[in-house]
Amino acid sequence: MPLLSPSDQDQLRAEFAKMTRSVRLLFFTQTIGCETCPQTRQILDELPPLSDRIAIEEVNLVLDKERAAQFGVDRAPAVAVAYEDGAGDENAASTRLLNDSRIRFWGTPAGYEFISLVQAVLLVGGARESTLTDASQAALAAVDRPVTLHVFTTPT
Amino acid sequence: MAFASPHVTAVAVEATEFPDLARRYRVTGVPKTVVNDQVEIMGAVPQDTFVPEALSVLSAAAQQPEGRA
Repeated sequence: MPLLSPSDQDQLRAEFAKMTRSVRLLFFTQTIGCETCPQTRQILDELPPLSDRIAIEEVNLVLDKERAAQFGVDRAPAVAVAYEDGAGDENAASTRLLNDSRIRFWGTPAGYEFISLVQAVLLVGGARESTLTDASQAALAAVDRPVTLHVFTTPT
Repeated sequence: MAFASPHVTAVAVEATEFPDLARRYRVTGVPKTVVNDQVEIMGAVPQDTFVPEALSVLSAAAQQPEGRA
């Protein structure tokens, strides 16, 4: 049974229709010792049916260490938001360049985190403008060293 | 912020699923943001405050790091 109501699905479908770039959600999982991985997969699976610009790629943390390291992920469940270059050939998905948005979700993206995930997909997919002010944009443009933000939340 | 700068990574962490991280970063309330393991921002603060505070980590790097038990 879908987790989203028909009206929520319609609303999301309309938002996702504005996307100009294809987004790939890399879902990092492991078979053993990850109680919330199946739930996360279930939530993510709600999205691709709503837009042909959203795809899920499952990455096994244990079996595909290289991929996990590439995205700096060492725990599951985790989701990395990536996007594909628009110039690619539609039939050659594997050769299209995958860009890392450097937006991550560790843990089940339920509740408000689901909304954050949707917002991230829309931003990265080019369906909505950044909410950053000119001042923030300017400050960020001047950043020349790695900055990592861990934002702790709870699912309410 | 991550999407606006190639040097910025943003990680949303579900605190109850990763109690080890919540402990390590001394999370007693949410939202709590920790920048480069150094600067801590409590609560949902306005962008005009949040961005400068988060990026203060770059100038703070030269200063005495905060002691950690």
